[in-house]
Amino acid sequence: MSKRTPHLWIALLILLAGAAATAFSHSVPQAKSQAEAPGNARTERVSSQPRIPPSPWLFIAPSIGNAARLNMKVKVLEREVQQAQMAGDNSWVLASAALVLLMTGPGLALFYGGLVRRKNVLATMMQSFILMAIVTITWVLFGYSLCFHTGNGLIGGLGYAFLRHVGPQPNPGYAPTIPQESFAIFQLMFAIITPALITGAFAERMKFSALVVFMVLWSIFIYDPMAHMVWGAGGFLSSAGGAIPTLDFAGGTVVHITSGISALVCALYLGKRIGYPTEPMPPHSVVLSFIGACLLWVGWFGFNAGSALSAGSLATSAFMATQVGAAAAALGWTGAEWIRNKRPSLLGAVSGAVAGLVAITPASGFVGPMSALAIGLTAGIVCYFMVSKVKHWFGYDDSLDAFGVHGIGGTVGALLTGVFASSVVNPAFKDAAGRPLPLGLVNGNGRQILNQLIAVGIAWALAGVVTLVILKIVDATVGVRVEREHEIQGLDLAQHGEEAYNFET
Amino acid sequence: MKKVEAIIQTSRLNAVKEALQETGVDGMTVSEVRGHGRQKGHTEVYRGNEYTVDLIPKIKLEIFLPDNVVEQAVQAILKTAKTGKIGDGKIFISQVDEAIRIRNEERGDLAL
Repeated sequence: MSKRTPHLWIALLILLAGAAATAFSHSVPQAKSQAEAPGNARTERVSSQPRIPPSPWLFIAPSIGNAARLNMKVKVLEREVQQAQMAGDNSWVLASAALVLLMTGPGLALFYGGLVRRKNVLATMMQSFILMAIVTITWVLFGYSLCFHTGNGLIGGLGYAFLRHVGPQPNPGYAPTIPQESFAIFQLMFAIITPALITGAFAERMKFSALVVFMVLWSIFIYDPMAHMVWGAGGFLSSAGGAIPTLDFAGGTVVHITSGISALVCALYLGKRIGYPTEPMPPHSVVLSFIGACLLWVGWFGFNAGSALSAGSLATSAFMATQVGAAAAALGWTGAEWIRNKRPSLLGAVSGAVAGLVAITPASGFVGPMSALAIGLTAGIVCYFMVSKVKHWFGYDDSLDAFGVHGIGGTVGALLTGVFASSVVNPAFKDAAGRPLPLGLVNGNGRQILNQLIAVGIAWALAGVVTLVILKIVDATVGVRVEREHEIQGLDLAQHGEEAYNFET
Repeated sequence: MKKVEAIIQTSRLNAVKEALQETGVDGMTVSEVRGHGRQKGHTEVYRGNEYTVDLIPKIKLEIFLPDNVVEQAVQAILKTAKTGKIGDGKIFISQVDEAIRIRNEERGDLAL
């Protein structure tokens, strides 16, 4: 017995070592693949299929088997990495889309609702809210297609109408790492807020029926072509291969200039509110406007940082530029008001922040924090003077300053983008060999300012002329302005049959 | 029987109310009102739009008293409502014909 014991011990040791080796060889590749695609059910499901190659190969032709195995592993890894990136990018873009919707309702609705008189607060909020519904429907029917299907240089085709061919597959021309459907959702929120911005110009006097017709036509004939020209495949102002490459990261021309200029045309066409400017029309609740403006600020991170269409460092850079731009403009407006009026107002501070957010929008993905500071400060001061001085010199009633803040802020931002855009932040222009080319003036491309100027001119002209035509059509059919008695009574009661503040009940 | 109407600064309401209660005034009616005397208003500026607000928020106190305690009450109001600045308000005293308690139909000083 005593002679046989060492053999038994050796046999046991060999068995144990063998088991350990087997366990090790199985656990290592598993741990590796999980580290590269953490916590994604879809990725794990796919990767589990070809993980263990058929063992007979190992015995018959070990060398060929190893190569095939390695090859297969690399392919699987590649797919897993792609899916992990899609999961990351997609989650940020979807969250951003939700943030941008938050800008319209309740953000803009509260911001504008607080600025009107108490008899018009619900009508003003309704004008924003109904666009969340109307534009969503027109978008899925044909709006997305007119913006983003390959058409001509001016407008997209109908290939994506009813969201045909818009599904889980990415559209590499727009966003190679997210489903095209996510891109369509994200862009929808932009198409909603843009017309909602205009409502500030004709607040307290536009007929609701007229608003509905006006906004549908406006989306088709102004927003869709402008978005296609600047962002769409084949658009002639596109930074990726357009005839006049324009830099507009998140919508300086597409969103703020179009809405701001249309706002001015609306204010001029509809005329002043009864009693303006002799009757006092102070905001009925600066508190509501404050909450709205703060929600706009938060939502704007989705607007700008989300426009990176990925969750990488470009989103971070745009986030930073957005924050700095808003802060600098809030200080610019407050400072200017403090000097001229002796007292810095809360409404001034939040209006300044919004002006800064508008101005940094086209630049946010192309500039660093110091350029953002310069752009924000400029916008805060310029918009303050537009709203508090220039408006009164000309005497038009841009009731809630949609033109003064969005038209002017957007123009300042679009032009300064041509000055401060830098290829260090975002290599948007590349030569044939794929090397980055300079973007803006400070980067050594002075010509870009001219391109920006042309794009701004086109946005001004398109919005100005077409808005006037649409207003004429709507006026001739449904009539744009409410009756005198209704305006005096207030739109809440006259147009919608309800009142905002029924404290006594 | 007299009615004493006092229009005072909103910030003085508590002091006036307590002083009146100490002098034995049992009831009072207080309303938030807007108005102006010689003082006129102030200006507010919203995005460069300047508005003159000439109707300023004030408090109106109405008390009904037997003739013999009127002077005491007036002194209490004067002492507590005065800040010495423009806008401290005014006191008006007038004759009242009759007072009736609705619950038990008591009349005259008994109803006060």
